[in-house]
Amino acid sequence: MDAESEPRPGRTRKPIGWSTIIIAALVAVSAALVWRRDGTSGVLEILTHDLSLFGGILPRVLAGCLLGAFISEILPHEKVSRSLGPKSGLMGLLIGTAFGAILPGGPFTAYPVASALLAVGADFGATIAMVVSWTLIGYGRAVAWEIPIMGTDFTLWRIVISLPLPVLAGALGRFVYVRLYPKPAAKDDET
Amino acid sequence: MSAALLIDILLWGSVLGVGLIAFRRGPPVFKASLREGSMDFVNIVPRIALGVIGSGYIAAIIPQEVITGWLGPDSGWVGVATAVVAGAATPGGPVIGFSIGTVALKSGGGVPQVVAYVVAWALFAFQRVILWEIPFMPARFVWFRCAVSVPFPFVAAAIAMVIGKP
Repeated sequence: MDAESEPRPGRTRKPIGWSTIIIAALVAVSAALVWRRDGTSGVLEILTHDLSLFGGILPRVLAGCLLGAFISEILPHEKVSRSLGPKSGLMGLLIGTAFGAILPGGPFTAYPVASALLAVGADFGATIAMVVSWTLIGYGRAVAWEIPIMGTDFTLWRIVISLPLPVLAGALGRFVYVRLYPKPAAKDDET
Repeated sequence: MSAALLIDILLWGSVLGVGLIAFRRGPPVFKASLREGSMDFVNIVPRIALGVIGSGYIAAIIPQEVITGWLGPDSGWVGVATAVVAGAATPGGPVIGFSIGTVALKSGGGVPQVVAYVVAWALFAFQRVILWEIPFMPARFVWFRCAVSVPFPFVAAAIAMVIGKP
């Protein structure tokens, strides 16, 4: 166990994994198809639009990364593994669900924070509950997009239907995980 | 106040809050997390760039009409299954996803099917997985989470069938 006052050693990340290669191939094929259909101007039009989108997103990505890093530094390791770890039971799934539901911001916060939780001892089950809860019952997207477009009635009704899903998904995740990886899996960050 | 501004205020407010807690643990902790966060940012930027810039091209070759066509009046579990595939395949952000759902509702799509579509889209729309989840999280976790999530749009549709319309 590491002392809580000492900064933890940095996580190592491989910059390029299989997922990145697959995505790059997908993008290359799509760009080629767009080029064949719309010519160079079509390719450039999408490029400028997406570059401006990218510029707008960058500060939020930085905020998300800092949030994740601070959270993984200040959360006490053994407390997290106790309340969100593999043996945390239903309570861990409920805490993950509650956390996902109240988390502010968009994907640029949810995923860095979820990644930080994994790094400080939450198990796949609790982290799945958190991510699924953020996406299905979190208020951020519902207030910003779903209510204006789909209406309040549908949105609230859809959220009520979704209420049990994060805990169920987390439980299923835990159930499958211990059968897929019977031994405590080695820590790996990228496949 | 626009929603985007509100999100930014909440976001940076949270960063400030946890940053303050880290700072009170001592400057080494604060500096280490600052460095860690910046390194994460530097490592993630190329992948986000690939996702953001690339997803425009992927969206351009999957026309919205194709997705809307899949959400036809086909009722029952076949309709639900089609809706789940449509949700996963929907390119673009929340505006497109929810608009397709609204169009489907108005043009006679069944409510359980639209619920399945919205839930599937929220859980594993390929573009969000590629653009956001994979760059930030261990890939093994992401694939595992997506696989585990597959039954839940069906569960949501079943609940919708039982409890009825909104």
